[in-house]
Amino acid sequence: MTDSNSLPARLEEIVNDFEVCEGREKLEMLLDYARSFPPFPGHLQRPDEMEEVPECMTPVQMAAEVKDGALYYYFLVPEESPTVRGYAALMMEGLKGSTPEQVLAIPADFYLRMGLQHVLTAQRLNGMAAILAHVKRRAATELN
Amino acid sequence: MTAYAHPEVLVDTEWVAQHLNDPQVRLVESDEDALLYETGHIPGAVKVDWFTTLQHPVRRDFLTKEEFETLCSSLGIANDTTVVFYGDKSNWFAVYAFWLFEYYGHQDRRVMNGGRAKWVSEGRMLTTTPLAYPPTTYHATGPAKDIRAFRDDVMRHLESRQPLVDVRSTKEYTGELLHMPGYPQEGAQRGGHIPGAVSIPWSQAVQEDGTFKSPAALRDLYQAHGITPDKDTIAYCRIGERSSLTWFVLKYLLGYPKVRNYDGSWTEWGNLVGAPIEKGEGA
Repeated sequence: MTDSNSLPARLEEIVNDFEVCEGREKLEMLLDYARSFPPFPGHLQRPDEMEEVPECMTPVQMAAEVKDGALYYYFLVPEESPTVRGYAALMMEGLKGSTPEQVLAIPADFYLRMGLQHVLTAQRLNGMAAILAHVKRRAATELN
Repeated sequence: MTAYAHPEVLVDTEWVAQHLNDPQVRLVESDEDALLYETGHIPGAVKVDWFTTLQHPVRRDFLTKEEFETLCSSLGIANDTTVVFYGDKSNWFAVYAFWLFEYYGHQDRRVMNGGRAKWVSEGRMLTTTPLAYPPTTYHATGPAKDIRAFRDDVMRHLESRQPLVDVRSTKEYTGELLHMPGYPQEGAQRGGHIPGAVSIPWSQAVQEDGTFKSPAALRDLYQAHGITPDKDTIAYCRIGERSSLTWFVLKYLLGYPKVRNYDGSWTEWGNLVGAPIEKGEGA
């Protein structure tokens, strides 16, 4: 299950969905994720900001809980940042129930296969890179 | 000082609401977020994206004059159209677009005071209905070099001790905050500010609701830091968008005749080999 280049099954499906659709449809799909962004669960404490970010970047907050050895991530992203909300929503969905080992095995550039860099430009994938780095840091704490 | 120097460049949300069906007016939404327009925009508004629409597709620069003409034509903007810009984040990118439209000589440019957030907070209508306007024949002029500073201009400015305004947040100015881990492409190799630059964060020019502060408050803010109308001033931030807001305030709200925006900003200066940098609180 933790082969070094594999993605958690649901994340793999999501990446494939993006991969097979064309330009404009990729953005529509990301928007759909943004629109379905789930509310932050009431039983969890509101998390601290992920990192202190320069004010022209989007602040992202994240929390995770572990049930039976599997991770469940939750995010808070401002409503007026649908691009980053879309990233966070698809990561939440794609990583639901993954083990820390599976999360840590995700290649740092896995999202390039989705092809969003062709419609959003590469710089705008920074949010995706940052979210991945953060979920991995959280997964690593489970193994220590 | 009781009025803005050029009050006609600002329109309020009510003015926009009254002109939704005015064929002479084109609303242009310009956001930081690439998908925000798609989640809902003011009826009739077209979208420009600061990155994918306004920048050159290959090199680090803006559209060429010819590409700008094509853009305006495709948005149904004619040379005599009244273009009203609005957007997210206190209008940073709206004013960035306003600045570029001035660069290529568009005459009638306005900014909706308070931006998208104010329109939304007033419960005004948004729509997701796609729209298109018939193409126009557009003739750009310029570029207006007197509103744009390049790195060599900044170097000369610093050597001759003319005023530079750093409009980033305090921690970016002192060099404490460089960029966040995982965002290397937007960062710079070094942190700090251009030597001699004064720190006047852009946010001090706007109020809680995103509208600009009063003429008197703005005058006091900049003059207290020695930024006066008789001087030739250059503003910068990280990628040139927050500083276009300060440029707008100085040039249009306070009427300073000589103000330029350094759009290369910190992502250029902080990566330039050999460029002088100052850290800490500064002047």
